[in-house]
Amino acid sequence: MINLTIDNKKIKAEEGTTIYKAAKMAGIDIPVLCYMDLHDLNIEHKPAGCRICVVEVEGRKNLAPSCSTEVTEGMVVHTHTLRVLNARRIVMELILSDHPKECLVCPKSGNCDLQKIAIKLGIRDIPYQEISEISTYRTDFSPSIIRNMDKCIMCRRCETMCNELQTVGALSAINRGFMSVVAPAFEMDLEDSVCTYCGQCVAVCPTAALTEVDHTNRLIRDLSNPSKTVIVQTAPAVRAALGEEFGLEPGTLVTGKMVSALRNLGFKYVFDTDFAADLTIMEEGTEMLERLSKHLQGDTSVKLPILTSCCPGWVNFFESQFTDLLDIPSTAKSPQQMFGAIAKSYFASKINISRKDLIVVSIMPCLAKKYECQRDEFKVDGNPDVDYSISTRELANLIKRANIDFISLSDDDFDAPLGESSGAAVIFGTTGGVIEAAIRTAYELYTGKSLEKFDFRELRGMEGIRQATIDFDGTPIHIGIAHGLGKARELLEGIRKGESRFHAIEIMACPGGCIGGGGQPLHHGKTEILKKRMEAIYREDQSKTIRKSHENPYIIRLYEEFLGKPMSEKAHRLLHTHYVDKSKKIIYI
Amino acid sequence: MTVKKKHILVCNGTSCQNVAHDEIFNNLKKELQNHGLEESAGLVRTACFGLCEKGPVIEIFPDKVFYVQVKPEDAKEIVEEHIIRGKPVKRLLYNEPETISGKESGEKARFKRKQIRIALRNCGVIDPENIEEYISRYGYEALGRVLDEMTPSDTIRIIKDSGLRGRGGAGFPTGLKWELARNNQNDQKYVVCNADEGDPGAFMDRSILEGDPHSVIEAMAICGYCIGAGKGLVYIRAEYPLAIERLKIAINQAKEFGFLGRNILDSDFHFDIEIRYGAGAFVCGEETALIHSMEGGRGEPTLKPPFPAQSGYLGKPTNVNNVETFANVPVIILKGAKWFSSIGTEKSKGTKVFALAGKINNVGLIEVPMGITLREVIFEIGGGIRNGKKFKAVQTGGPSGGCLTGKHLDLPIDYETLVAAGSMMGSGGMIVMDEDDCMVDFAKFFLDFTVEESCGKCTPCRIGNKRLNELLDKICKGNGAMEDIERLYNLSIVIKDTALCGLGQSSPNPVLATLNHFRNEYEAHIIDKKCPAGVCKALMTYEIVEENCVGCTACARACPVGAITGERKEVHRIDPRLCIKCGACLEKCKFNAVIVN
Repeated sequence: MINLTIDNKKIKAEEGTTIYKAAKMAGIDIPVLCYMDLHDLNIEHKPAGCRICVVEVEGRKNLAPSCSTEVTEGMVVHTHTLRVLNARRIVMELILSDHPKECLVCPKSGNCDLQKIAIKLGIRDIPYQEISEISTYRTDFSPSIIRNMDKCIMCRRCETMCNELQTVGALSAINRGFMSVVAPAFEMDLEDSVCTYCGQCVAVCPTAALTEVDHTNRLIRDLSNPSKTVIVQTAPAVRAALGEEFGLEPGTLVTGKMVSALRNLGFKYVFDTDFAADLTIMEEGTEMLERLSKHLQGDTSVKLPILTSCCPGWVNFFESQFTDLLDIPSTAKSPQQMFGAIAKSYFASKINISRKDLIVVSIMPCLAKKYECQRDEFKVDGNPDVDYSISTRELANLIKRANIDFISLSDDDFDAPLGESSGAAVIFGTTGGVIEAAIRTAYELYTGKSLEKFDFRELRGMEGIRQATIDFDGTPIHIGIAHGLGKARELLEGIRKGESRFHAIEIMACPGGCIGGGGQPLHHGKTEILKKRMEAIYREDQSKTIRKSHENPYIIRLYEEFLGKPMSEKAHRLLHTHYVDKSKKIIYI
Repeated sequence: MTVKKKHILVCNGTSCQNVAHDEIFNNLKKELQNHGLEESAGLVRTACFGLCEKGPVIEIFPDKVFYVQVKPEDAKEIVEEHIIRGKPVKRLLYNEPETISGKESGEKARFKRKQIRIALRNCGVIDPENIEEYISRYGYEALGRVLDEMTPSDTIRIIKDSGLRGRGGAGFPTGLKWELARNNQNDQKYVVCNADEGDPGAFMDRSILEGDPHSVIEAMAICGYCIGAGKGLVYIRAEYPLAIERLKIAINQAKEFGFLGRNILDSDFHFDIEIRYGAGAFVCGEETALIHSMEGGRGEPTLKPPFPAQSGYLGKPTNVNNVETFANVPVIILKGAKWFSSIGTEKSKGTKVFALAGKINNVGLIEVPMGITLREVIFEIGGGIRNGKKFKAVQTGGPSGGCLTGKHLDLPIDYETLVAAGSMMGSGGMIVMDEDDCMVDFAKFFLDFTVEESCGKCTPCRIGNKRLNELLDKICKGNGAMEDIERLYNLSIVIKDTALCGLGQSSPNPVLATLNHFRNEYEAHIIDKKCPAGVCKALMTYEIVEENCVGCTACARACPVGAITGERKEVHRIDPRLCIKCGACLEKCKFNAVIVN
């Protein structure tokens, strides 16, 4: 242990502790801006770039960044001397002098780390304004993410997410000096880069430099158009996080209130993406069993492992970085797209309207979904199966704007027929959930026996890579799970080298799965929130009477009335897709 | 082999090479052939002599006569008069400027006499592309001795005792640095030579690599032996093609001769050197930024600790030294710590190479013992101020340093004294200013540089320097207010206090130094709206003196914006609202009628 003094308090800290953490443990709060500690994801981002967290260390010539300076024996630290306060103020004034002054209309206003610290430091004036140039850049609009780098403060958190956690490599600092900014290589558009739209950069951006493409105004217009029938589907992870936007404890399930709010907003039908998740299990599970059975019978032409394909960020990732493996992921569309395809065919004919008069909106924890629903593969004669996707954050904003008192809403139920779902579908919202849902169905279909227990705890948790072997009545099935694209890369490298022994792998692009998606309420570094959302998801599963996808009566009826059987010709046409080689996006230097 | 009686050494450094080097060399060769002297007189392409101002330079060895501003057509006279008749060509000799009393020429000139060349010992003497010439000057003897007779700790002890300190700028004790790298156990360590020379006007590293690449290679191998590294890397900016070319040749020759590679000189020490190219970012001279750049990352610094000696290139213990530091090492091994430490001052031992630039007569490269005064450097070696103007200030330490004024001229030059005087040693750039230089504009010149060269990682350097620059610009344009001086000062102090690396921590130095020494010039810009040196365009006005104007219309015709009006043979006038202060009228007027206020 190391003995030191911070603000006259005698403190003991372990070797390797930073001044910031040691102070925090002693109850001394040092303001930080670029620093980010994503403890549960093993990421501590401390570039020591913003210099807001500087402190005075006795015997040291200049001020030390507390976020990255380690404690030493006998160190004497002062965190709030006049010298420190003056330096922090001037540094903050400098940052603000190069930042657009449009807080009144900024999408991050009220939720902005820069604003919070400026308030904390008591900034009342931004000097240099009469002379100061502001670094400006072309705004970059992609289908999912808007980059407005005028608001970038070079905290570099997005870079850490993109490069270290996700290993995507779309973002890095470019230019020098005053014009330094984080951007794709050669300042190309995000759309032309290897960006997967996972949105983890957006999730950590302290300002509005990176935001989602906002479709709320478009939605309001559509809802007020009497000639359109607007229906909505909500992803499982949304109900486990939406409450946070209204001050509820993280992990509070708000399924009923959410349905109520959506109905209040004016949606004609409120459906559940979970219904389509059950459908996904039917298709993907059947595909998996087919490939598995052939493999077990010794057919060497069958490629294993089968990889899940419901995460659009993950699909973008392998389409650009693992193009040699395009034939192993399942061809099943994601639940969002299965829902859209069924809604605009089966459901549209049920209520007897044409697909172009039916507007399908999805509420997603995800930003990549915004891109996914725009893909050409998911359009019929130019009309998309899902018209657009809005994030959990956008929905919360819309509810507030519509003056709906969310907290006092009563619980409501989803509409039939696309609103019924099993517990297996709900757990799609968290890492390990898709494969667990698939196993619940595949086991029963494969062995012909019914499961005695539905909870596969060996598949759950926050470990980046997990593996388990499930006994399919004497046949061991090896399962791999990865969340976060960096971890996915590790598993894929194994497959590439032929070292993988897995039969099936589930991959979700975001840490924790969809519950940690780029469209979720901002966690502001409190990654323990993800665990609470995860627990909520499993609680919802527990509470369901139906726990297995193939037992969902509406799914059974959908096959009877419309699709025939899983993997039928019609199912293929509506519910399966193909992948595109996007490797040309990678720039090799 | 015949022993050549005389050698003609022709400078082939970047500067002289650009001025008809090949023609001069070929003409000399032809003349020697014409007179059948190929056998008795040698002709050698060497590198920089240091007197770049007066290039192309030629030296006749062993006569120690050097000729300046040689033209290709002078070849005949040099060969016929000097080589054949033994009579130096007087008109080509270097003469000290009129400003120096008791002027001398040739070897006796103070330009040469006051210098001690250790790091530059072979520059301008040997053919850098010929390893045998290096060997003939005791080259690789130090490496041999170290491998043969000395343990790594013995060797480090010598470097420590010699008092050698890093020549890149900060002056960290070299021996101590080696020892730290040695003490960090690892199966793989690296020796890195920092050749990312970036100070405006400084070119000593380039000259050493162009003129004596083997001394650096030898020193790197010695360092590798000391710290336990098997691999050396030279990080050099791609803008130095000649240095790179010569370094490559030298590395190949060293490999051929067994000074690099496996089992060097039959020992069990293996060492190899590779070259890594930089794209010319100033900040990559900072060692952590340099390492990131070598790893393929963005050239930006990270917090120390960990120091490179603990975790450097690819996370392995790495020792980074500057080119000039390395160039000193072989001599120290051969001549001993005592000899080296006898040169210089108490805390700054040995010599330092300086690049003289600005308003000085002998622009070029010099090597002087530590402790020499600025006066000796500027007025004796440097030949004084150009065109008989008055000395105003000298900037040492490049953009990270500060300016020193007339009252500092008799200070001894060493690390501590310069810092105490508000400047720093830096890598050895010395820019001399005279009465025609505006100190506000001068501070702005360096801020322009740091704003451009900041890596952008930390706020104070990225935005703070920009704001400093804008404040200076405001003052230069005549829009400054007295409170701007306070703002400049406060902002400078905070930038120094909070910036991440040495670049940012020192970038306000030119502002602080000029504020300290030339506050009156700032005030003149702000209060009187005048630039005393007549540099800041916005504060100048062009006028026509009625009495002198004859109405020749030359000025009106020269004015590119039609700001001058007046009939023929009548007095002309300049419209200040249209005038862009280009000075074309001033240049054209033959009657001294145009004046600048």
